[in-house]
Amino acid sequence: MNSFDSNPATNSLISSEADSQRTLYPYVTGTSVVGIKYKDGILLAADMGGSYGSTLRYKSVERLKPVGKHSLIGASGEISDFQEIMRYLDDLILSDNMWDDGNSLGPKEVHNYLTRVMYNRRNKFNPLWNSLVLGGVKNGQKYLGTVSMIGVHYEDNHVATGFGNHLARPLLRDEWRENLTFEEGVILLEKCMRVLLYRDRSAVNKLQIAKITEEGVTISPPYSLKTFWNFSAFENPTHGAEGSW
Amino acid sequence: MTKQQANWSPYDNNGGTCVAIAGTDYCVIAADTRMSSGYNILTRDYSKIIQLVDTSVLASSGFQADVRALQKVLAAKHLQYQYQHNKQMSCPAMAQLLSNTLYYKRFFPYYAFNVLGGLDREGKGCVFTYDAVGSYERVGYSSQGSGSTLITPFLDNQLKSPGPLLLPARDAVTPLSESEAIDLVKTCFASATERDIYTGDKLEILILNASGTRVEYMELRKD
Repeated sequence: MNSFDSNPATNSLISSEADSQRTLYPYVTGTSVVGIKYKDGILLAADMGGSYGSTLRYKSVERLKPVGKHSLIGASGEISDFQEIMRYLDDLILSDNMWDDGNSLGPKEVHNYLTRVMYNRRNKFNPLWNSLVLGGVKNGQKYLGTVSMIGVHYEDNHVATGFGNHLARPLLRDEWRENLTFEEGVILLEKCMRVLLYRDRSAVNKLQIAKITEEGVTISPPYSLKTFWNFSAFENPTHGAEGSW
Repeated sequence: MTKQQANWSPYDNNGGTCVAIAGTDYCVIAADTRMSSGYNILTRDYSKIIQLVDTSVLASSGFQADVRALQKVLAAKHLQYQYQHNKQMSCPAMAQLLSNTLYYKRFFPYYAFNVLGGLDREGKGCVFTYDAVGSYERVGYSSQGSGSTLITPFLDNQLKSPGPLLLPARDAVTPLSESEAIDLVKTCFASATERDIYTGDKLEILILNASGTRVEYMELRKD
């Protein structure tokens, strides 16, 4: 095991040839994912942006995907790593189906699997550069969890990744309650996504909301949020500028 | 000028505090349930305690992913022990296993600060305290984690622990009753919560004695 140093560019202990074998930094990234439990199941929201550094390169990236019959995954971070994770999950679900024993992996199991994958990659200093949200319902039990690129994981009634932790979680802590209706849940999520749109520079105004219940998964078609810029200070921004100092 | 690079650390500190107190025929193990990262609270309801054996309870704070992995490794090792020896591990045996498991990763440590509490083969309370790489000793009480600097001096004062170098060696377990010890633990956490930002939300207390295991909860300040 090489001793690690967090700046490989200037360190010669980790050779530059070996660097081509592991993730150093992300290229195309997705921003926040927000998820909540509601009366019938789970609601997830994510925008459709794929940023290439400061460029908004891709605007139709689907960051919410179903997993098997009982789960929904949302990913932020490196998009190619998310695609890799989807391949792992497809294999996992396939193997689960091949048992043909009437059993199927629930959201808790999928979350545990993802946690192990992320943690093991972190142990090898070659992380999957993602923060994942995993939600689902099985046998009436709702589950909502998250796992980060270094394997930190937890479940809660509401979760978020990235900027969502700073901007959405406080709103959810104030306004979330048990047994929200679908409409109330969507209004709450849209409130969070609107704040993220105003304040997260990597956010785009094109989002999807995904719902999972005992019946199954529904991912909405992409749509945009209304934004409000009618603040008097924005209307004439240079008013009073001359001679103000 | 070199290109700006994203940096990542394989470690994070998810905070929290753990305490354990050994009595003549009981052991109290407690930890808060707050999980943080930097200045964020990730969740207010995450347990840092795991009951590995009827007589051994592990409380760990630090980097949550490592703590969880450590818990799973110990649980797996204990299962194997049961298959091989047809009995459960004693608390001192689990203590040694934990030490060895931690030292195994001496050069890429589990960032976990552990307190192991339980009952020894005689039914007496025992507490073992660790550092991140497996150095350990049996003590009468211990505190680890972000609030330990606030709690340990208070426990030293209240439990009047005998010096470890005294001869003949004096018993480290406290003469306090079970309910007095539980009260003391609640006081420790209420105080630590006031001044340590990483400690709070809720307190989980496990009490081990001859009749089995009991759990108690107490609300803590959420700010």
